[in-house]
Amino acid sequence: MDNAKGRFGIYGGQYIPETLMNAGIELDEAYTHFKDDPTFQKELTALLNEYAGRPSGLYFAKKMTEDLGGAKIYLKREDLNHTGSHKINNVLGQALLAKKMGKTRLIAETGAGQHGVATATAAALLDMECVVFMGEEDTKRQALNVYRMKLLGADVVPVKTGTATLKDAVSEAMREWSSRIADTHYCLGSVMGPHPFPTIVRDFQSVISREIKAQMLEKEGRLPDAVIACVGGGSNSIGSFYHFINDPQVRLIGCEAAGRGIDTFETAATVNTGRVGIFHGMKSYFCQDEFGQIAPVYSISAGLDYPGVGPEHAWLHDTGRAEYVPITDDEAVEAFEYLSRTEGIIPAIESAHAVAYAMTAAPRADKDQIFVITISGRGDKDCAAIARYRGEDINE
Amino acid sequence: MSKIRSAFENQKAFIPFITCGDPDLETTAKVVRAAAENGADLIELGIPFSDPTAEGPVIQEANIRALAGGVTTDRIFDLVRELRRDVTIPMVFMTYANVVFSYGAERFIGTCEEIGIDGLILPDLPFEEKGEFQDVCDAHDVDLISMIAPTSRNRIAMIAKEATGFIYIVSSLGVTGTRNEIKTDIASMVKIIRENTDTPCAVGFGISTPEQAAKMASYSDGAIVGSAIIKRIAAYGKDAAEPVGAYVREMKNALRGL
Repeated sequence: MDNAKGRFGIYGGQYIPETLMNAGIELDEAYTHFKDDPTFQKELTALLNEYAGRPSGLYFAKKMTEDLGGAKIYLKREDLNHTGSHKINNVLGQALLAKKMGKTRLIAETGAGQHGVATATAAALLDMECVVFMGEEDTKRQALNVYRMKLLGADVVPVKTGTATLKDAVSEAMREWSSRIADTHYCLGSVMGPHPFPTIVRDFQSVISREIKAQMLEKEGRLPDAVIACVGGGSNSIGSFYHFINDPQVRLIGCEAAGRGIDTFETAATVNTGRVGIFHGMKSYFCQDEFGQIAPVYSISAGLDYPGVGPEHAWLHDTGRAEYVPITDDEAVEAFEYLSRTEGIIPAIESAHAVAYAMTAAPRADKDQIFVITISGRGDKDCAAIARYRGEDINE
Repeated sequence: MSKIRSAFENQKAFIPFITCGDPDLETTAKVVRAAAENGADLIELGIPFSDPTAEGPVIQEANIRALAGGVTTDRIFDLVRELRRDVTIPMVFMTYANVVFSYGAERFIGTCEEIGIDGLILPDLPFEEKGEFQDVCDAHDVDLISMIAPTSRNRIAMIAKEATGFIYIVSSLGVTGTRNEIKTDIASMVKIIRENTDTPCAVGFGISTPEQAAKMASYSDGAIVGSAIIKRIAAYGKDAAEPVGAYVREMKNALRGL
């Protein structure tokens, strides 16, 4: 589905300054070489299994299933990975690749802080320098993760430009990469940006759907009817969808952050409210005004608070292979509380968007249907913010 | 023949960059006229973008000021129509791919031809991705300006062979903004360019002093200055035309006789 230039239909591409072109080409060549290198794959698998704790469980959510009274619900427990989210899958792959390329320094953007923490972790493990760019607004929303990154030895640079959120952190990381290329790898955290990142990150995250498929066949002897995951840039969702794309009987459902609603300006639901554009290295859907100025977006979730979406999602949307549904802050917070209360699992507020969709769809589905929800991360980092949302002020 | 070439016929070219609408379009018009009257050979007009990923802090802030003042692509087209009543030197737009793509490449570039814009610089559009814009530019006699960077190495010949208008040589790694020293071996880059094309080339990124401009232009066909001008506009606001004019005169004088 993707061709040599990293296109997914009309989407993707490599819209970067000339200064970065050779770096992009070198990364593409290195990845093309190492992805088929048995030694590289063996080292990566060892890190994923021994260090990150894979495979992650596919847990049958019995109480939730009984309570909702419809489809049978399984949770893919990416929250149980080391560092607390799916981000580690991609980071270990990219850090190992960067090391093989002779790079000694990793830079990264982060929204909720999960990708920043994962990158800082990999850098500590592999003896690399690490600098993480984070919107100043997000450093306040996710203070605990800022501390974790520093504890792991990373420098955290608060980004004050624009809306001081994830989009500005990406812009600043790209600026930094263009000023220091020789020793530095930009460890991009989602299936977005210029080629080859959407492909590299997709491949490293596709371990999620590979495991779901095997685990589901073992537990149920068949494929699920729906795979549900949250979509910001879209890395945990593409990872959850990938090995099911050629199984048309499996519905693929991406849950976007609608913020205060898709009929308001305070939303980050890119597929539902955006249009095609070129930004951050890729052609895809973006929230923008009539003159192509990128819109300030909003979501309670710092990890989904991004005005674009990965190009492969744009293509899956256009072809109708995947569906993209908007979930509001209110719905996500209710799902955050519901999963905690019902299953004793506190999901990341990002993942709670996927849980929220299942809470509406599962009761309407037959009991012989099977839904898989990817719990992309754990929610400890969100507790203070959700408490504030509910009017309770707690100290982290 | 490209009208841009005429900018390189009056000795080494001095090319100022001005963000449209910073702090307002009336000031931009005065600054452009002051630059033209004081020896600018070609003017780069920046169409502000919300997220200018190739810019350093100085031009980022100019973009924010301009957008906050309500400037739009359509209003900038009107500014150019008004300027073209008396400004005859070549002018090009510098903006980001999404500003053109979102407006519609045909509609945007067709308007450029109609109002007298001679070229287009899109820093996030590398050689490999230029196709969909290049065809439209060719149809409307607008030069899509090629950029060459210190990291281009094996790519210089390929880019130079297809370049029209002029070639923008990026002097240094990183984003726009003044630098104390430019260490890149510009002469070696220009040598490869000359072997592959007779399209003129000018150096930008990091140039602010007459000495730097003279040095960069001695290796090439001209010097491009952005942040140093934007700093003057930020400092003088609506009264920026006179100090910018004086600065352009000083810079152009430094290039004479090279």
